Amino acid sequence: MTQAEFLNIVMPFKDKVFRLAKRLLVSKEEAEDATQEILLKLWNNKQKISEYKNVEAFSMTMTKNFCLDKLKSKHAQNLKIVHSNYQDKNVSLQKQVELNDSVDWVSKIMEELPEQQKIILQLRDIEQYDFEEIGKMLDMNQTAIRVALSRARKTLREKLTKTHSYGVK
Amino acid sequence: MVLNSIEKLIEKYENGETTLKEEQQLKDYFSQETVPPHLEVYKSMFQYFLYTHEEQFTKDVPLKSKKTYSLYQWISVAAVAVIMLGIFTQIDFKSQSRTLADLTPQERVEYEEAKEVFTLVSSKLNQGSENLMALNMVSANFDKGADNIAYLGEFSKKTNKFLKTN
Repeated sequence: MTQAEFLNIVMPFKDKVFRLAKRLLVSKEEAEDATQEILLKLWNNKQKISEYKNVEAFSMTMTKNFCLDKLKSKHAQNLKIVHSNYQDKNVSLQKQVELNDSVDWVSKIMEELPEQQKIILQLRDIEQYDFEEIGKMLDMNQTAIRVALSRARKTLREKLTKTHSYGVK
Repeated sequence: MVLNSIEKLIEKYENGETTLKEEQQLKDYFSQETVPPHLEVYKSMFQYFLYTHEEQFTKDVPLKSKKTYSLYQWISVAAVAVIMLGIFTQIDFKSQSRTLADLTPQERVEYEEAKEVFTLVSSKLNQGSENLMALNMVSANFDKGADNIAYLGEFSKKTNKFLKTN
């Protein structure tokens, strides 16, 4: 397999890998490193790629496991990644600033969710995978995914309502 | 009317029952400028989802074909090993020259015997060369004899001439 062929396979989902890594690891740099690592792993096992039924799902599973391992070792070292370099792609004006602020809040609240809910919310609401694919990636049945997703969405909404009405009520 | 259906969708959404299509409807709805105040919360949620989806991985991935590289590496390592082995064995052969002290008793006996035989041969060889000297002397005297024969030849020529004239 040549580099070009490999890149053709990998290109469509490398951003998804990166975003999932960033969701879990929070820091952009860490997420970039993790993505590089994942892609290199895929490249080194390029002979086996044709054997995988779904390279994308496989890579997402790999990313999830890799990031969780990384987090575990970070916790063991008693090191916390505190980070918030959210890129602002704001167009302009007061309204946008205000909106960005609340958008920031969303990501902060998402950080507080349990890991599994975080992953499911990421895969469903941001990457728009269907339940079947998510089930394959996480090795879970679909009802469990729906339940976790519903919980995550509700928590997100409740906490957001609280921050929105903060100082008003 | 529209609001009503959106609210229904949101309820379904929160229970995790919406399809991807319905979720796309919600995202489209909330990307507009103004939404009713009680739905403001959802707006920031869906906007966030949309905008995080835009984020891209921009770093390069250094892809190297490691396989062939390592093969060459191993070949070079093997070659160096072979050369080293060759040099080492050469050195080893040189250092293996033995002295008399290293010989076993039986070998020493054989060595002495061989030495005696060689001295015997060499002494006989000298005797032989003495005999050869005698032979040399004979040949020298033989040469003298030949000279005398030449004189004799000359003498007979003269006598023949003398006889012819008479």
